[in-house]
Amino acid sequence: MASLYELKDLSKRYTRGKESITIFEELTMSIPQGDFIAIMGPSGSGKTTLLNLLGGIDRPSSGSVECEGVRVDKLSEGKLAKWRSQHVGFIFQFYNLMPTLTAAQNVELPLLLTKLSGKQRKDRVATALDIVGLADRKGHRPRQLSGGQQQRVAIARAIVADPKVLLCDEPTGDLDRASADEILETLQLLNKELGKTIVMVTHDPSAAKYAARELHLDKGRFIEAKAEPAQ
Amino acid sequence: MFKQIGAVTMINLRSIPQRAGLSLATIISIALVTGVLLGFLAMSNGFRATLQGTGSDNVAVALRAGSQAELNSGLSSEDVRLIEEAPGVARDSEGRPLVSGELYVIVDGTKRASGTDANLPLRGVGPQALSLREGFEMVEGRMFEPGTNELVVGASVLREFSGFDLGETIRLGSNEWVVVGIFSTGGSVFESEIWADIAVIQNLYNRGTAVQSVRARLTSVEAIEDLRAWEEDEPRVNLDIESETDFFASQAGGTAVLIEFVGWPLAIIMAIGALAGAWNTMYSSVDTRMREIATLRAIGFSGFAAAVGTMVESLVLAALGGLVGALAIYLLFNGVSASTLGSGFTQVVFSFAVTGGSVIAGMVMAVVIGFFGGLVPAIRSAYVPLLTVHRSE
Repeated sequence: MASLYELKDLSKRYTRGKESITIFEELTMSIPQGDFIAIMGPSGSGKTTLLNLLGGIDRPSSGSVECEGVRVDKLSEGKLAKWRSQHVGFIFQFYNLMPTLTAAQNVELPLLLTKLSGKQRKDRVATALDIVGLADRKGHRPRQLSGGQQQRVAIARAIVADPKVLLCDEPTGDLDRASADEILETLQLLNKELGKTIVMVTHDPSAAKYAARELHLDKGRFIEAKAEPAQ
Repeated sequence: MFKQIGAVTMINLRSIPQRAGLSLATIISIALVTGVLLGFLAMSNGFRATLQGTGSDNVAVALRAGSQAELNSGLSSEDVRLIEEAPGVARDSEGRPLVSGELYVIVDGTKRASGTDANLPLRGVGPQALSLREGFEMVEGRMFEPGTNELVVGASVLREFSGFDLGETIRLGSNEWVVVGIFSTGGSVFESEIWADIAVIQNLYNRGTAVQSVRARLTSVEAIEDLRAWEEDEPRVNLDIESETDFFASQAGGTAVLIEFVGWPLAIIMAIGALAGAWNTMYSSVDTRMREIATLRAIGFSGFAAAVGTMVESLVLAALGGLVGALAIYLLFNGVSASTLGSGFTQVVFSFAVTGGSVIAGMVMAVVIGFFGGLVPAIRSAYVPLLTVHRSE
């Protein structure tokens, strides 16, 4: 598989007062196109920080993040925003839906950054909601939906602009087991059927099993990397 | 970009009910500021309209030079006689000059609303006075009989002051008078006056044959220049001559400007308070939506769109406050009659006038409050850290 991401000598340090905290140091990894990776590890191990760097919502202290030959870490704020809108779909633990918008309006948000017509946007929103099985809930607001349904709306929002990569931060962390399984099956479907590259941060070993590979991050280093067949 | 801004603005505006208390407080505080400003402007406009609506370009008013107001002026009967013979002065069909020497004294009246005493002008007039007031009509009763203690009162006096009903006997100073008529002059300042026979007033107030002002109908609007030229060349008189329109416009200016001088600073001080309220509300708005804003920016929305959305929310709240304030003042005060001290140290009855211009001034002030109240929060929303997307709420 062709490489989608190339991370080289990636370091991330924070300064808290006079103290410098190193999250990870000289991390190097490659993420092939179409991969489904589960990144696991204890709190503070740098999982979410790595996800932020991949998604261009944070910048490394040193090293490089390259996606399809583009140095993401070197892009200006404006170009980075545009890059995110075209290449990355985010799925968050707490769904991050706009509470005052309907499911369809939430899903439409990334399309407002494109040149698609209103009709084209509407068709794309309908397709995305259909993929996640919520076509009949398009007029509902987040508070009228269950946690699992809200996360599926968030997935629809993440895929509606057809990005190559989905970055998922604890996507099932706020859900019961049954709902979590539904979400993970949906992600697996998006990976297998639509070829989306998925990087998922999770604490949950049973969630990680849905991924094609698990990476364990601890104290800024991958201490174990094993490839397992997806369920 | 417009689609982004539209979406962010819609999200912001729809989330206002989540901050109903603070938003309402902002709307009310801006409504109060607008209301106070519009109240003063309505008072100023009404006062100005009453005085500027008084008088005619065809009537000249002569006062002693430098006196500025009738109260300070003093003219002799010789002055009146000379003006009667001056060029540019019109005459009636029988050849009599249309000139009225008038006396102006202050008496006490009791305000109906507060029960307190206030100065009222008692004007001594002769038979030509009526022909020099356009729109004069007796709406009740009749004109006073010369040489008697009868008086007629303006409709505004009757409305604002007690004791002047038709047929009533009223004591003004040490003298008793009988109200025999109510007159109107179409809402002009003369309606704030009481009129009686000039000879009676000269006698009761020991003024001899002196008057304080002379009104003269002119043969044409331009004839005032002839009259002024005559005054320049006539060594026996020392007068200030103005058209009646200019005279009342200058009388209105001082008080109207004074009202505005009180109104604007007061409104601006209140605006600073309202600005703090708007600022607080918008800070709260950004605070409660930090994760939403960060999420939009993570999706690819620009910081500029987030800032504009916040600014629009602030402007909408401010405009709502301005509208509420303007509407409240319009409903409560527009056309309401009141009286205040005029330049002659007497009460001038006028109606509050909420004009389009003053509403625009109020709305501009409201929007300015909204702009400055929303400016820093808007900038802040543009720089919400993207990592806030992970915050739990």
